[in-house]
Amino acid sequence: MRNVYVLGTGMIKFGRYPEKTVPELGAEAALEAIEDAGINIKDIEMFASGNLYQSNAMIGQRILQQIGQTGIPVINVANACATGSTAFREAYMAVGSGMYDVAMAVGVEQMGKQGLLGGGGGGSDPAYATEGRIGSGLMPAVFGQAGMEHMRKYGTKLEHFAKISVKSHKHATKNPYSQYRNEVTLEDVMNARMVAYPNTLYMCCPTGDGAACAILVSEDKLKQLAGGRKRAKVAASVLTSDPYTERDLTLPDVSTLTRRAAKKAYEMAGVGPGDVSLTELHDCFATAELVHYENLGLCGDGEAGKFIDEGGGVHPNLGGKRPVNVSGGLLSKGHPLGATGVANICEVVWHLTEDGRAKERQVPNAKVGMAHVIGLGSACTIHILTV
Amino acid sequence: MAEQQTQTTDTGPRPILPFLKLTPKPHLTGLKCGNCGAIYAEAKRLACSKCGASGQFQPVDLSDKGKLWVFSVVHQSFPGIKTPYVTAVIDLPEGVSVRSNLVDVDPDEMEKNPQKFFGIPVELTTAVVAKDREGHDVVAFQWRPRKN
Repeated sequence: MRNVYVLGTGMIKFGRYPEKTVPELGAEAALEAIEDAGINIKDIEMFASGNLYQSNAMIGQRILQQIGQTGIPVINVANACATGSTAFREAYMAVGSGMYDVAMAVGVEQMGKQGLLGGGGGGSDPAYATEGRIGSGLMPAVFGQAGMEHMRKYGTKLEHFAKISVKSHKHATKNPYSQYRNEVTLEDVMNARMVAYPNTLYMCCPTGDGAACAILVSEDKLKQLAGGRKRAKVAASVLTSDPYTERDLTLPDVSTLTRRAAKKAYEMAGVGPGDVSLTELHDCFATAELVHYENLGLCGDGEAGKFIDEGGGVHPNLGGKRPVNVSGGLLSKGHPLGATGVANICEVVWHLTEDGRAKERQVPNAKVGMAHVIGLGSACTIHILTV
Repeated sequence: MAEQQTQTTDTGPRPILPFLKLTPKPHLTGLKCGNCGAIYAEAKRLACSKCGASGQFQPVDLSDKGKLWVFSVVHQSFPGIKTPYVTAVIDLPEGVSVRSNLVDVDPDEMEKNPQKFFGIPVELTTAVVAKDREGHDVVAFQWRPRKN
């Protein structure tokens, strides 16, 4: 693979846009990224479009119908919550392979006020629906139990999960792109309505709408187009699926495929967890963030509770170390499924290039950034970017 | 529910999932891979997701006793589902896990003192959860703490 760089990024504030269509949301992010890259739609040679809920509706082509029908190859990608990051990886491979010099990835989703995700069964007769009768397949319970495994093995407390939510909400106050920007106290989180133990309301990410875009280029194109601007290199791009593990078919195992992806990504980038300046990881629930601290090697196995108690994951400006989800994370920033994976990469890129878009939350001296996404079912992507 | 001796006939009860058998008494069945021994709590399967071997499955009966691995207390669910209830992952001695509701427990106490409940012995029970379009009772399997 050749070296691949992110030349431009664009993102809309996550929120709710009932008056807009999915292609319109995607087009807004794409136009911003094209402008940021300093190129023209005619320069783009390949486009990977990530969207989950309208994956049969040719969203990529319809975005081009809004911003320029140049006739380039378009692929529409769906991979659960890893939809956007998988689209980014397709664009990365298109450039890295040498087939194209300029590729675009968009992640976009419109969920509105959609409530609980997951659950199901029953086929044509709802009398055979299994949700609530053969346990729960709803996301808060599934990820709640991922946290309970940690609790069982290491004695982790409800407070540890709650502290993650407090941290990420505090981070979100500095991010104008975040769907929610309110601070919450430990008491607020612990006393909030329980959704599925141990996840209270503030430990669950909201649903919403959003879009993000990245333009990827080869090294030759970077030299032609960057004009001396600092740009991030895609040092690792990894995608894994869930391997057979003992209980995976009963309770989705989000850890093993993340660990495999992290190992590969660190090898590919030639860095270790200690080199990572900031991490955007898949905190669909506070319980997920806690187990991923260990899965990504940010702390040792069984040490996530201690990591949290000692300021791990907190922005250095707030006295923390090894910052995680300085964007506010999915918990505050929001989780429009298909947009999430590209948005995480945008956040990392802004810190690395120090182009001012990270604003007050800029992580000082950021050199290596990691973006991790899990799509349940399961797909895991990890991207490491460097400057 | 009271144990039913009724055969599954045109008017009799039906299991919610195919790997639950109602006769001669309610029990779960699985499939065992003839190559690597992996067991699936499923009624049909083409090949083994652990070793990849195909067409070598033996039907096996699964134990009606197991141990609780982890759980969550669900407070928000779909319309018609009574909350709070406990969803649990149960490890069976055959080396396979199944998911279902854990009944005859106090969800509030499980939240207050979760460590007390990890690993508790449980046993299979059943409940009629719905009536289907053809008038059959739909029977679900559940777990409850083992008395002895």
